[in-house]
This record gives sequence, structure tokens and C-alpha cells, in this order.
Amino acid sequence: MTDQQIPSPSQAAPIVPDAPEKEPGESRWHAFVREVTQGSVLISVLAVLLSIIAGGILIAATDEDVQRAAGYFFARPLDTFRAIWDSVAGAYSALFQGAVYNFRRPGFAAGIRPLTETLTFATPLIAAGLGVALAFRVGLFNIGGRGQMLIAAAAAGWVGFALDLPFGIHLLAAVVAGIIAGGVWGGIAGLLKARTGAHEVITTIMLNFIAFYLVSFLLRTPVLQAPGSNNPKTPAMKETAVFPDLFGPGYNLHAGFLFVIVATVVVWYLLNRSNVGFQFRAVGENPHAARVAGINVPSVYVWAMVISGALIGLAGTAQALGTIKTGFGSGIDAGIGFDAITVALLGRSRPWGVFAAGILFGAFKAGGFSMQAAEGVPVDIVLVVQSLIVLFIAAPPLVRTIFRLRTPGASQRPSRRRKAVAR
Amino acid sequence: MKLELRGITKRFGALTANDAISLTVEPGEIHALLGENGAGKSTLMNVLYGLYQADEGSILLDGVEQHFAGPGDAMRAGIGMVHQHFMLIPVFTVAENVMLGHEQTKAIGRLDLAAARARVREISDRFGFDVDPDARVEDLPVGVQQRVEIIKALSRDAKVLVFDEPTAVLTPQETDELIAIMRQLKAAGTSIVFITHKLREVRAVADRVTVIRLGKVVGEADPQSTNAELASLMVGRSVELTVQKEPAKPGDEALVVRNVSVLDPNGQKVVNNVSFEVRRGEILAIAGVQGNGQTEITEALLGLQPHVSGEILLDGKSLIGLPVRKVLDAGVGFVPEDRTEDGLVAEFTIAENLMLNRSTGEPFVKGGTLQLGYLNEFAEQKRKEFDIRTQSVQSHVGRLSGGNQQKVVLARELSRDLRLFVAAQPTRGLDVGSIEFVHTRIVQSRDAGIPVIVVSTELDEVVALADRIAVMYRGSIVGIVPGDTPRDVLGLMMAGEKPTEVAA
Amino acid sequence: MTAVAATRAPEPALEREAVRSWKVPIALAIFTLVALVLFVALGRDGTSTFRLSTEADAFRLPDLALPTRAGCIVLTVLMAAITAYSVVRSRAARKTPLWLIALFGVLFVVAFLTWASAGAAVPVPGLLVGTLGLSVPLIFGALGGVIGERVGVVNVAIEGQLLAGAFASAVVASVTRQPLIGLIGAMVAGMLVSFVLAAFAIKYLVDQVIVGVVLNVLVTGITSFFFSKVLTPNASVLNSPPKFSRIEIPVLSDIPIIGPALFRQTIIVYVMYVAVALVWFFLFKTRWGLRLRSVGEHPQAADTVGINVARTRFWNVSLAGAIAGFGGAYLTLGAVGSFNKEMTAGAGFIALAAVIFGRWDPLRATLAALLFGFAQNLQNVLSIIGSPVPSEFMLMLPYVVTIVAVAGLVGQSRAPAASGKPYIKS
Repeated sequence: MTDQQIPSPSQAAPIVPDAPEKEPGESRWHAFVREVTQGSVLISVLAVLLSIIAGGILIAATDEDVQRAAGYFFARPLDTFRAIWDSVAGAYSALFQGAVYNFRRPGFAAGIRPLTETLTFATPLIAAGLGVALAFRVGLFNIGGRGQMLIAAAAAGWVGFALDLPFGIHLLAAVVAGIIAGGVWGGIAGLLKARTGAHEVITTIMLNFIAFYLVSFLLRTPVLQAPGSNNPKTPAMKETAVFPDLFGPGYNLHAGFLFVIVATVVVWYLLNRSNVGFQFRAVGENPHAARVAGINVPSVYVWAMVISGALIGLAGTAQALGTIKTGFGSGIDAGIGFDAITVALLGRSRPWGVFAAGILFGAFKAGGFSMQAAEGVPVDIVLVVQSLIVLFIAAPPLVRTIFRLRTPGASQRPSRRRKAVAR
Repeated sequence: MKLELRGITKRFGALTANDAISLTVEPGEIHALLGENGAGKSTLMNVLYGLYQADEGSILLDGVEQHFAGPGDAMRAGIGMVHQHFMLIPVFTVAENVMLGHEQTKAIGRLDLAAARARVREISDRFGFDVDPDARVEDLPVGVQQRVEIIKALSRDAKVLVFDEPTAVLTPQETDELIAIMRQLKAAGTSIVFITHKLREVRAVADRVTVIRLGKVVGEADPQSTNAELASLMVGRSVELTVQKEPAKPGDEALVVRNVSVLDPNGQKVVNNVSFEVRRGEILAIAGVQGNGQTEITEALLGLQPHVSGEILLDGKSLIGLPVRKVLDAGVGFVPEDRTEDGLVAEFTIAENLMLNRSTGEPFVKGGTLQLGYLNEFAEQKRKEFDIRTQSVQSHVGRLSGGNQQKVVLARELSRDLRLFVAAQPTRGLDVGSIEFVHTRIVQSRDAGIPVIVVSTELDEVVALADRIAVMYRGSIVGIVPGDTPRDVLGLMMAGEKPTEVAA
Repeated sequence: MTAVAATRAPEPALEREAVRSWKVPIALAIFTLVALVLFVALGRDGTSTFRLSTEADAFRLPDLALPTRAGCIVLTVLMAAITAYSVVRSRAARKTPLWLIALFGVLFVVAFLTWASAGAAVPVPGLLVGTLGLSVPLIFGALGGVIGERVGVVNVAIEGQLLAGAFASAVVASVTRQPLIGLIGAMVAGMLVSFVLAAFAIKYLVDQVIVGVVLNVLVTGITSFFFSKVLTPNASVLNSPPKFSRIEIPVLSDIPIIGPALFRQTIIVYVMYVAVALVWFFLFKTRWGLRLRSVGEHPQAADTVGINVARTRFWNVSLAGAIAGFGGAYLTLGAVGSFNKEMTAGAGFIALAAVIFGRWDPLRATLAALLFGFAQNLQNVLSIIGSPVPSEFMLMLPYVVTIVAVAGLVGQSRAPAASGKPYIKS
């Protein structure tokens, strides 16, 4: 509604010469520095910091030693602070040692094992995060990660244990089956949106439950159930179908991680360098203009959901063929479908951002379990920290207020900010 | 009630939208606020209505200084507003819309709908409005919706009524009716601020005229001044609205439209059995009041409408039922009427927008990969050719002014090998300089032998550009007349009267 | 006075050409076909018994026994007739009336029950009691969802609000030994979740769906963390709330078939009846409701008549959270008797589905929630009498129905126009 003045060219008589072009290298460096100092990177770092502090408060508040020391706080206040420090530092150092490097183990090979655990946890997170991020860029919100992972895991798993194929081909066939199954499941939501306008948030949520019950049902039938077992669980994967270990049997990290690196490169190329990605982004930013420009918007919705589902399918496949090779039940998705949303948001829907965010959250997961074992801090704290990070990142003004940062001019427009986060 | 604005200044960041504007409206006076699009009229009225807070200056009613924290305060003080985009809730009834915000209630907060209906009827009868209080607003024609807006303001005992560009959506006849209503309100003692950029209406109804330009008052004028005097005050120099152009040299028939009808998703016929043709090297203008099927017919040409019947032939090739992609490939260039919504992707760079509808193949795409180097060169070249004022072709298009945005659209469309050029409302919301640029470019395309369709609701633009004029009314073409047809005849045609009757 | 008397050329009336929609007849045909195959071609012999009373009832109705095959055939023929009628309507470019579609649905369900219970007895009162029990949190959640969407804020955080309500009510009631105070705790907890949703959605303009999804994760994380770390070691003090006892309403509870289901319930259920009626009344009959809906439809218009959009949204979203939180309390104080990790198990999402299936109307959303509760409970009942259909497919039903509904089979439903859109004063 703002009536803006637009000086007409006839009045701004001599044509103003453009600002001199900066050296490309220099401008890129400047852009980078600006981004780091006042833009989204700083906000991301501060958001992570804030969330870790909040997690620390939770840990300290529920710690028995802290509670006991707080009981005589006025007599010996230092005791309370020491107890707080012990509980928080203990928990986070356990987290670090479980996620990056364990100093208590002898030698580098043993000490670095936690980092490979982190990458193992990160593998499905990155793949699924890429899927959610790709959908975001097309303006779609794929909450259907759980369903897509379950269907993909079921398909990949079935190929993995039921078929007999030679080494190499078997793995490839299983991966392809998983990716296709995830793509199909995601594509249903895309098709429904393209054909009927049904909102993908609703349909993907519903498809999650449908997939869950479908897979639960199949796990009770000979299709997926291990023969002779009463548990709703598949048999173990055949040796030929599992992702090979990257660093030998002492480490859990498997070749799925390589697939995920390739997927990141592919998504980067697809979004930033291909004409398909150009059309995807155009639809994501302004579907009306895209339609007028001759882009088939419904078909973009379908294919975006197919590719998104396929990437999340890769995550399900990595779970079934890499992480849990001994056969899985209906909990194979392990909440990754929802975690992926936070990964995509933290990575700001950019492929390499998602890659980094996936590794960070992978570290939280890996460390969370060792924290639970070592310090008795429930692993659920990771969920809290993770969701707080996303909340803070989604609301930069909040983070700026907390840290009293200057508001950069570029992020004043709330609509832009919202878009940057959401879409 | 006497309204005084003293030294109102409103800034948006570095931009000063209103610069020390002062204005006095006497009781029972119709005061026209005249200015170009973007002169700062709406900002001023939003300050008056409490939607914005002024950075400096004061508002006085009957000599008492007012402080409006929101529209509620302004309304309580007796200011009413008839918004350009109606502030009505489409799914509510007339009575519900009128009562909203100052509802009368019965016990336990129950709405007193009977009272609201009575109030609507009372005001409606007083001015001869004929509005059904129980009709749902979305089912009402635009002219009636506007009356609901007026009733809404009057039901709050508004003593000062602001009309913000009220005639933009009305036919000439409805405009005349509105002018009659304004006179009646004035006779009842209401002060009226009438915001417009249409000179004819100012001369018809205003007691006094204040002209603002670039956020400043440039002077008061006598409503009896000539159009030329008012216009030169408004744009700050003498303007010639006619475009320099040679007489057309029409060639072969290029586009043939036969018996085309368009249905909207509800099955309503929005274009009714329309036929026309366009020759190479001529401009056919489609005139008419907004919402009489012009938008739909252009969208039908481009393949954007789902339910189209009839025949559309471009150089003998049928376009009906083709997807947009194929229509574009057939050589149709299109400037959509809402450029920010349909023409551009605001978050994309200028360069990306220049290839928006060419993302399927060469020269911008090879083997599925974007040719970013080529795109950059192309964009640089177009920036010079079309005088797009920007720091870099890598800037986001959303940061450009309206005129520069439209240049990006034109540059994209006119860089293709066109066999038909369709420009819908090509200068809506643009400053005078950009209007000249756009008009010149359109005439150049015509002279290059391209058949051109210009859709416009602005009679000035139609008269300036057209070689022939088709006037649409309620989905039908009333008649196709030569480009030099007098304005009053066009005005009558826009209200649905056949040109033969006019001539008789 | 008639100052406005402009003469006008007669308006060329624009005709309305009907766009025929075949969605409804096609869907009905598919279901009729399913019925034909399942209930007739794969029909079962025997007698289906519907037990209409329990031993405890004051008035006892005799059992209703139907010959399975014949009953199914009759019902399928009726469905086919409705389908045929719908085809005729569509050919004449008219809509099939909603009540007929509803009747079709009822026939299908009855046919299914008849078919599934061949040679067994369906305890109808038990079926209804269970349905209501499973529906209570769904209905409260759906009411919260309706209010949120009507005021323009999509509430995906219903799941989190239910969970927070369940958690808080368990802890507060355990500590105070007063279930009523537990209810207040549940409302406060649901409201707190809403505060966060409202703050991020309204003040920071974050995409509402994203906040909702993340809040669900956050609440799951926090409640699970406290459950593992605090509640489990001190279960007797912190996680053993007194349950509400059932209150039998005289006379009404003796109504055959529905009496026990509706009027032998805890106070939470009676509050629910009142809540449904109140939400409907306030939404459509009062100033509060008019303003709330105006903000959800066209916030700018509401702003220009002096309604504070942000404040209206904030407080109504908070209210929605309190209602949903109240529903969460039913899980602990009405049903289970203690809090459990992630005990809502997706109820919030079913409530969201009920909001959409019920077209943003509190009464319809309540009916939708009952339908979903019915489908869930049917699975329980069928597993007792030996179902021919795997239970997973029964559990899947609400979600399939919702997708079908959202895809537009129940007619074009229209969400509040500004739902999900932040209001930015320009």
C-alpha cells in the first residue's frame, strides 16, 4: 500500500553511471565476510550456542547434585555453581567425546571412532534433509519423510533379503528399489497437489500414518516377516546387499555416506546449474509467474515431490542396508523424517548447508547416546536442543535482540526473511 | 467538520513519502487530492486514517489536535474511508461487514443482527442505494460493494469521508452515480477528500483541488482549470500524452479470434463469443473497465485459461488447447497485467528473470545445464538496450522500481522472435518517463511488423496507442472502432452501448 | 429521495454454463464396487448379531440378528442406487447432496460391520463407549485447531499441546492429589505451547507450519526428557495422579444404546459437550466470533475497522492451546492414569485432519473426530470378535478418508482465507 516515489528518468536527467563493477574475487570475498559477520551464518552459530545453553540449563536443573547443593545455596553458594559446572561440563564433554574424539581411548584409530559414528548418524539425516530442502525450494513442505523412509526401507529391505543377486548388483538393485519406492510415495502427495490442489502438508502427514500401518501389516505377513519368527521384524539383509564398511568392521561408517556425498553434489547441480532446478526455483518463488512463463507448474510439483521422496528414500535405504543390517521393524525411520526438517532449516535449504547441518545433528545424536550412557542425561535432550536451534534460526530478530546485534538493512523485510526460512 | 493537516511528514527509511504536506478541508466541501501514481496520496490518507503514524506534523479536526494510534481512533473521531481495495470480508454478509468493529450486542455478547440490518436499510434508503443487508459481499457486483464501503463509513457517523481512487473499478456510468452520491453527501454536510489522478472527475465534482507531486504539495488549483493546466501541475512539466507514431501500415491478418468464449472455474461465462483479428503492423487496443473479460481473453490467448471454446489462429495455426509453453514457442510475447505477480520472480536476479520463459533450450540451456556466462552477457546487453537502471544484473528484480521492472519484462519478451505481442495494462502504476519508454517500444514493435494487442483500462493510453479499438463490456465486444474515435463515444461503449446507437 | 437514477442499457445477462464434476459419482462407484466384491462376491454366510444392550442396562433391548449374506446384498443394492442417482445428478450438472453422501457412508459402515461379524456378535454399546473415549482428545484438539485456523494461525502444534497437557496434568494432579487442579495445569501447559507458536508466528512472522512442527518436536523432547530423568525415578510422587471417576447421569444414562456411551463418563467428557456447544455459539453468534473470523478472513479489513489483529490472534491462539491442553488431560486423568513418553501417538495429527475434514466448523470437526475415533475403536472390537480385515487397514482408515476429503471429494471446502498467512502491516 505504500505509495513510493519513483523518480522518473526524465527528471533524473543525466543517466547515472553504474557503480563500478567490483573485481569478482573481491566481491565474492566481501559477500562472504558480510554473510559471516552479520548475515545468516552468524545467526546460525548464535542459535546453536543459545540452544546449547538452554540444554545446559535443563541438564543442570534436573541434576541431583545440583539440586542437593542448591538446598544449602545460601550457606555455600560455590557448591551450587561447582555442581552446575560439573553436570553441564560433564554432559557436554561426554557428548563431545561421543561425537568427535574420545581422548580416553588409546591411539588415533580408536579415539576418532566417535567421529565416524557421527558421520554414520549423519548419513540418513543429510539424505533426508536434502529431500526436505529440495521440496522447500519448490515451495513445498514435505512432512512425509517418515512414510517415505518406511516405504523405501521396506522396498530396499525386501530386495536386500529376498532376492539372490551377485555382489554389487544386489546392493545397487536394493538402493534403486528404495529410491524409487520413496519417490513413488512422495510422488503421491505431489500428484494429489497437482491434480486436486490438496495441500501437501496434510497429505504427507496422512501418508506417514498410512505407510506406517502398511509396513506394520507387511511385517506380520511373509512378505517382510522373518520366517519362523513371531516378531514383526524382517530377516537380516544378505551380505551382498549391505553397504560395505568404509573403515573395516571396527567402525559402523558404511558406503551409504559416499552415496550421500554424491547426492549432495547432484542436488547442488540440479538446483543451481540445471534448467530443471531453475524451473523448480521459479515455481518455488512465484508459481504464478512460472506458469505464465510456460513452466508446467503441476508437473514441477509432482517431480519435485518424487525427487524429494527419492532422496528421503535414500535415507530409508541407508538405514535398512547400512545402519541396521540385522533386520528391521516399523521403527526403522527412527524419527529421521522429522529431524530432516530441522536439518533442512538449519542448512537453509542449500545443499552444502544441509550437509553441514546433517553432520552437526549427527554429532548430537552420536554424542547424545554416549551422554546418556556416561552421565545419565536422557538422549531426548538432543531433541530439545535441535528444535530450539531451528526456532532461533527461524526468528533472527529474536537472536539479535538477545545478543544486541545491529539489524542489517537487508533483513529488515520480514516477508523476505520468512521466505528465506520457509521456502 | 473541518479537517486540517499541518506539515505532515512521513518517511520510509531513506524515502520521504510525504514532505510537510498541509491541507485544509472545510465542512461540506469536496476537496480533490490530485497526483500521479506514487505521488504520496495514499500514504497521506493512511496517516490520516491512523494506519501510519506521521513522523512530523499534526492532524486537527475542528481546530482540535488529534492523535490516532490506529484506525479505531480515527473512526471514533469521525473519519471514514472508502478504500481503493475494498476492506470488506467476502464471506460475511453486508450487515456483518457494516457492524464489524462496532457491534451492538445483546445479552452474553450475542450479536444484534437485527439492529445492524436496520442500520443498513436506513442508510441505504436515505441515499437510495438498494443494498440487501443479508447478501454475501462476494456475491455483489463491484459497484454495490463500494456502496457497502460507504454505508460502513456512514454507519460510524463519519463526518469526513475519504475516497481513495474510488472510480478505478467503475464504469463511466457507475462513476457518474458515485459523483451524484458524493454531491448528496456534501449537501448533508459531510466533508469529502477525493483522491484521484483522473482529471475529468476532479473537474466534475471538486470544490477545491490540491495537487501533490513527489510527496510535496505543489499548489492549489481551481477545479475549472483546463485539463492541460492540471496535468502539467501534476507531473511537473507540460505533458503530451500522445505518442509520436506514423499511421499504421497494416499487413496480412496474423491473429484470428473467432467466437471465443471463456468459462471461469464456477462455470460463469466471463468471455462471451468474442471475435476479432489483428493484422501485422497494427495495434489493436482492447478497452473497457476493469473486469469486463479483458484479462480472461488475453489469458485465453496465452493458454492460461482452462475452459476456452472457439477458434484462435495465429498465422493459420490453432492455439486453442495448447499449453503455455507451446503458445510461447509459437511466438507469442506477453506482458501480464500484474507484473509482480505474473511477470517476474521477485527473488530472482534480473538476469534470471530475462530467461524466465526460455528455460527449456538454447541459447540459455545446453544439455540441461544453464549457460550462466552467456546469460550474463545477454543481460548486460539488454540492460543497456532497455535502459534498466540497476547496480548489477545480479540484483534481485524485486528491488527495482516499477518502471525498471516493466523494462525487464519488455526486454525479455521483445528479445524473442515474436509473431504476436500482447501487452496487458503495460503502464499501470508507472511514472511518466517509463510510460513514454514503454509506449515507444510498443509502437516500434508494431513498426517492425508485429501484430500487437494492447489491453488497457486507461482511455488515454488506448487513444494514444491504438490503430483500432475493441471495447469490451460484460464479456462481449461491444464494437470495434477506428483509433481516432472520440472519447465520449468510447466512454458510452464502455458502458455497453453499441457504436451504431451512439452514432445515431 | 432518488438522486441516483441513471438509466442503463439492459444488461446482457451472462449465462452460467455448468462445469460438470464427476468426482462424487466416481468415488461412490469405487466404494460400491468395493462393497460388491468384498461383501457380495466374497460374501460370508452366517448370522451377524448386533448386541444392543449390556447386562447392566436398565432397559434391555433384544439382540438384532441379520442373515449376513442377504443383509450385505440389500445394503449394497442401496449403495448402488445412491451411486446411480449421483450419476444422474452429475449428468444434469448438479451436485449430489451431502446428506446422501453421508447416508452412503453409513450404509457402507453397516454393511462392513454386517460382513465382518458373520457368525459373531458386535457389542454396539461397547463400540460406542470406546469410540467416545478415543474421540475425546481428538475433539478437544480439533476445537483448538478450528479456533486457530479461524483466526488465521495454522495450528500444527496440536500434538504438542495435547502432550504438554497430558504431562502437566499428570504431574500437577500427582503433586496436589487433586485432578481438578491437574486440569488447570493442563490448560496452562497447552497455553504455554501456544504462546510460543503465537509469538513466533505473529511477532517474528515465522512460517506457522514450521513453528508447529518444530514445537511438536520440542514438546516431545522436553516431556520425554523429564519423564526419563525426573518422573520415572519418582513415579509415586510425580506420576501417579488420581483419576477422575465416572459420573452417571440419572435417567439419561439409561437410554438404550447411546445412554451408557454419552452419560456414564468423567467430568472431562461433560465439559467437552459444553465446550463444543460454546465454541460453536461464540464463533458464529457473538462479537468475539465475528471479530475472530474477520481476522482470519481478511486481517487488513479487520485492522481498518479498529480491530487489533495481532492481539486477537495471540489471545485466541492461546485459548486454542488451552482447549487442546485440556484434551491432553483426558489421556492421563481420564483414560490411562499416568503419563507416558509420546503417549499422544499422533492424536494431534488426527485432530488436525478432523479440522480439515470438518471444514473448519466446530460441530462438523467434532463429528469428524468421532468418525476417526470410531474407526480406531472398530479395529479394537473387530480384533476381539475375529476380524476378516487386518487391523492395520482399519487404523489406516481415518488417514485415507482425510486424503480423499482433502482431495476434494466432499466438495470444494474453503479454508479461512488468511489462514497461515502472517499479517504484515504495510
